[in-house]
Amino acid sequence: MTELWEGLVTAVKLIISLDPEVMQIAGRSLAISLTASLLASLACIPLASLIHFRSFPGKRVLVNIIQTLFSVPTVVVGLFVFVLFSSAGPLGGLSLIFTPTVMVIGQAILITPILLGLTISALSGVDRALVDTARALGASGGQTAIIILREARYAVLAAVIMAFGRAISEVGLAIMVGGNIRGFTRVITTAIALETSKGELELALALGIILLAIALIVNFALNRIQQR
Amino acid sequence: MPLIETIDLCQKYDEQDILKNINLQVERGEVLALIGPTGAGKTTLLRLIDLLEMPTSGKIYFHGRDATKSSKVRFQMRRRMTFVLQKPVVFNATIYDNIACGLKWRGVEKSSLRQKVNTILEMIDLSAYQKRNARTLSGGEAQRVAIARAVVTEPEVLLLDEPTANLDPLSVAKIEELITSIIRQYGTTIIMATHDMSQGQRLASRIGVLINGEILQAGEAREVFASPRSREVAEFVGVDNIIDGTVVSGEEGMVAVDIGGNKMIEAVSPYPVGEKVSACVRPENITLTLSKAATSARNSFRGQITGMVSLGPLSRIEIDCGFRLVALVTKRSAEELALKKGKQVYATFKATAVHVLRRN
Repeated sequence: MTELWEGLVTAVKLIISLDPEVMQIAGRSLAISLTASLLASLACIPLASLIHFRSFPGKRVLVNIIQTLFSVPTVVVGLFVFVLFSSAGPLGGLSLIFTPTVMVIGQAILITPILLGLTISALSGVDRALVDTARALGASGGQTAIIILREARYAVLAAVIMAFGRAISEVGLAIMVGGNIRGFTRVITTAIALETSKGELELALALGIILLAIALIVNFALNRIQQR
Repeated sequence: MPLIETIDLCQKYDEQDILKNINLQVERGEVLALIGPTGAGKTTLLRLIDLLEMPTSGKIYFHGRDATKSSKVRFQMRRRMTFVLQKPVVFNATIYDNIACGLKWRGVEKSSLRQKVNTILEMIDLSAYQKRNARTLSGGEAQRVAIARAVVTEPEVLLLDEPTANLDPLSVAKIEELITSIIRQYGTTIIMATHDMSQGQRLASRIGVLINGEILQAGEAREVFASPRSREVAEFVGVDNIIDGTVVSGEEGMVAVDIGGNKMIEAVSPYPVGEKVSACVRPENITLTLSKAATSARNSFRGQITGMVSLGPLSRIEIDCGFRLVALVTKRSAEELALKKGKQVYATFKATAVHVLRRN
């Protein structure tokens, strides 16, 4: 118990003193997950609008599949990305395995179903009469999609925040494709896993507190948005 | 060439006929009211004309061009009209941005956009609130914004679906005033759906009666109200007295209709002897007296008052003359004659006030 307490005190000291290693790892985590969330959002929000506004055969099945993939295990995505980018894989020539870039790609793939699914349901939540109103006022397909996305902006933003939360808190994929290389691909979750297994609880705890703080901020933001 | 023409327009939802063979012509500058009961297909017809949905069969011509040809043509044509839906939904943005959206989508240049929006804001009396979120508006205000948002694009055709449904009388008056000033200032061609026949009469130059997916009659408001072409239309346009009978004599365009019980109604009508007809009399054309008066009116029946309902300044009086008659008199007249349930009265109307319909 005293060991845990001492660890906690040291962890808080590490955070307060802005320990370079802690800050570097936390910064990298934020950078990778924010980039992944941003890139995935740029691709998924228009794609989700397309799926929502177009009618095509198999649409319902597609939406069901997307929703099923919400809970895809991160190690499965990790395995997929690893096979794709490992030196023997089809994209091995890019030499991206064990780099932050491939971690961004992996996380973006991981959160794609959540972003697509939640954006689609955000758009479905907008009053159908607004879509008709926009078209009746002369909006093109694209202009209609933009104004309806604007109407659903808080729900879409909530989807992005949820996706970011999943990206920053996952560990399996980061270890498998990032390799947990110190000073290069080590992020909060992989560092916690490693330090804990080494018995270095102070650093693990400090990073854990930071991760929790991020989760808290994300949830706080989500609640504020959902109250609108 | 009519501005809009529909040819044999049909719409089915799940094998159910919503619209049947709609043939409609709308001229430039015309104000056409589609009147009919709820569920008659008015909204569907407006949605088809606005090219928001495709008909099951039939054609829509806009300026003589087939407007349903391709999605590109439909979009181009739709941009030349605007449609105000029955439910006045506003975008979660300021009143100004709501009104400006149609112009922005059409790529109207900024200074001209601002000027147009400001002009229309003054017209709807909401200039002072332009920065307010439109979601905070009342139903009547939101409808004014919805109409302004449609009119500001200066459409060739303005489609209005029940513009005053679910509004309080004051808001109804304001909306009707707004529509009248739009007609005066912009000369826009308007097609409006309404279940309120008096509203149609007030605002429109021409009326189309849509019942059960069919246009049963179209023409000048006065004509439709005075000479309905079928029993359904007569019932809908407020002809409370529809009395079935047979033409028993006729000369020089005057007929006598035997309505049973040794009673005859005289009317001006071309139908020959033996024709089964319905005599239609609007309740406001019936005069009530306490004794039989010497009058030029050809029809007078003695009867007993069986019911009285007050309708604002008017009283609706039901009389049993051996057949049922409904008369509409002013409340003051009803008071002066001390009309009440059970009282004997004479119901009198002119032969020219009777519109004779052939029965199928």
